[in-house]
Formats: sequence, structure tokens, C-alpha cells
Amino acid sequence: MKLVRTAQSGSLESSDILVVVNPAEPGTGRQIDLKSVVLNEYGDSIRADIDAVLNQYQVTDVHIDANDRGALSPTIKARLEASLIKASEGGPVYG
Amino acid sequence: MGKKLRRTMLYIPGNNPGMIQNAATFGADSVLLDLEDSVSLNRKIDARTLVCQMLKFVRFGTLEVTVRINALNTEFYMDDFNAIIPCRPDAIRLPKAERKADILEAEAIIAKLEKEHGLPEGKIELHAMIETALGIENAFEIATATPRLTAITIGGQDLTADMGVVKTEAGEEISYARRRIVMAAKAAKIDALDTIYAEVDNEAGLIQETKMIKEMGFDGKAIIHPRQIEPIHRVYTPTDLEIVKAKQIVQAYLEAQKEGLGVFAIDGKMIDAPVVSRAHRILDYAGITIGGDE
Repeated sequence: MKLVRTAQSGSLESSDILVVVNPAEPGTGRQIDLKSVVLNEYGDSIRADIDAVLNQYQVTDVHIDANDRGALSPTIKARLEASLIKASEGGPVYG
Repeated sequence: MGKKLRRTMLYIPGNNPGMIQNAATFGADSVLLDLEDSVSLNRKIDARTLVCQMLKFVRFGTLEVTVRINALNTEFYMDDFNAIIPCRPDAIRLPKAERKADILEAEAIIAKLEKEHGLPEGKIELHAMIETALGIENAFEIATATPRLTAITIGGQDLTADMGVVKTEAGEEISYARRRIVMAAKAAKIDALDTIYAEVDNEAGLIQETKMIKEMGFDGKAIIHPRQIEPIHRVYTPTDLEIVKAKQIVQAYLEAQKEGLGVFAIDGKMIDAPVVSRAHRILDYAGITIGGDE
């Protein structure tokens, strides 16, 4: 998937996560800046969810800001998925 | 009979993870994960991906989970179908159904996706939301369009807007439409579901409206707040006397069946199939099963 714009999904409400996806130069890899109210307990798990979705969408170069408020795994995956779709070439320009 | 109860169908905005993950804890008979009116245009993708992921990973137990997609006259409905069907909701609620052709179009899309994704054929149910004057006039052809359709429901807000009238507390302006929906549903042997009651803080008004729609023949109504669940269930719960009588009828019916009798009497009063059917329904509402139906 080719990312062409910055896009976000989610919120800072409890049980949600705000994910902002920014396109990155080719070869720069994945940079994930994660904040979470449960970083010590679930940081690794959240990163694994993020990586799983990035692998699924074949995204290698990206900068992600994720601010987690106790989201479940499906919410994390959904928010990243939505922001990737919106950031992609051919994705909608709103949002 | 153990028929599925739909006394309360709780709308949950499709972009609200906190509410969706707790859906099974509210106590409604059914939840409606909404991709339509409660989701703004620039959050359609967000809600669609969230509902899909939640359907795949959250255990909803015995709760019926229905997804209200966007109407066939929008740019969103095909993406909704494509994303949601593989995630196996119990049912799809199709808003603004106006003609048999609308139902057949939805049926064809769902059937195609079931096949493509290797899902059991016909398992995902379809509910039609009728909320225009044209839809009301076509209620029976909508209700009988496909065996997949298991409920029709009236959308009061959009219907009154389409009629150019104001929705009132008494609801006289949609009285004909409600009766038309009930009769079409009963004729098609499917559920009739009522519109929401918008005044969340007015419990007395909710109870009054629920009593009215129950007497009309509705099987339940859509709701917009968990607070509305208990009062509605209370209205639909049979009285002790009704339960005792219903048990007596069903037990006598089972005995009569063993003896090969079609018609029998209790206390000198003839009991036939419609009376037994009504007794079963009362026991369904009371959560009682007799005769190993389950």
C-alpha cells in the first residue's frame, strides 16, 4: 500500500486509541511513537497489533503516532486499518 | 417454541468502541451496530473497520448482533456489505427499503458474498427498515421478498419527514403505518419491530408507547439508550396468571399430541392451534421452555 497523505482514526476517549499515520520516505522503515495508559503492561501487545496490520497492508515505510486509552486489540487494529485506508492513494480525502 | 426475542434492539454507534465491547452487558435482546445515521460522513470508514474487527474478535454470547448499513442510494452501501458480511453478523438491517427490488438487490449481494467467503448459505438474516411513504405502501411485497428477511421495522423519524408532518408523542400521524407494518409482518410470518422512542428521560411515555405497540402486535422496538431496556421488558413480561394458563395449555397440548388429538379442552373451553401458539409466545416472553423444545 502506498501512503500519500497524513490521516487519522480513533479518539482520546476511554477504550479507544488515536492513530495518526504519516507517509515516510522509502527506506526509512517503520517508526512507531506509542503512548499508552497501560504501556508497561500492554505496550508489546499493542506494537504487535500495529505490526500485524502493517504487514497485512504491506506498509514498510511509515511514521505512526498512537495515543492509546485502553483500547482492545480489535479497536487498535481497526483504527490503524482505517487511518491507512484514508492515507492511501485512492483513499478519500476527508478525515 | 424458543422463538428469538427482539423486545429491545439497542442502537450502538458503530464508531464507539467502548459501547460495542460492552454490548453484551446491557441486557438488550439484540444490538444494532450502526454505520448509518449515528456516523458522520467522514467517519464511515472508521466505523466500518471497527464494527468488522469487533464482530471478529468480541464474544457477544447469545446476543443477536445486527449491523445497520447505509442505504442503497448512498455511496457507502457496497463497501459496507463487502466489509461486514465476511465478519458474520447475525443480521443486516437495510434502511430506507422501499420496494421488493431493494430487498432482492441486498439478497443477491449477501448471497454472493456468503459464497465467496465460504459462509453457510442464507445464515445471515436481513431486516428491512421501512421509513418512507412508498415503503409503507409496499410493506407486504418487501416482507415477502426473500426467506432471508426475518423482520421489518418502521423508521418513525424519516417517515414523518417524508410525510411532511411532525412526529408527535401520541404518534397518530404514523398510526396507519404502524398497523400496516404489523399486518404485513404477520402475513409474512416475520417479526414486526417498532421505531425508537426518542425521549430517553421520559420513562412513563416509553411505557405507554410500548404498551400501545405491544397491543398492536409489534414484537419489540429499537431503542437508543440502555436505560430503555428494563421498562420495555417489563411491559412484554407476562403476568403470573398468563404464565400459569400458558403452561397449562402447552402441557395439555403435549398430552393431546401423544394421544393424537388435534383439538382438546381445558375447563370446558376448546383449545386449538392458535391458542397453543399464543401460549408458547407467552412462555417465550417469560423465558420458560416446556417439552424439550430447546
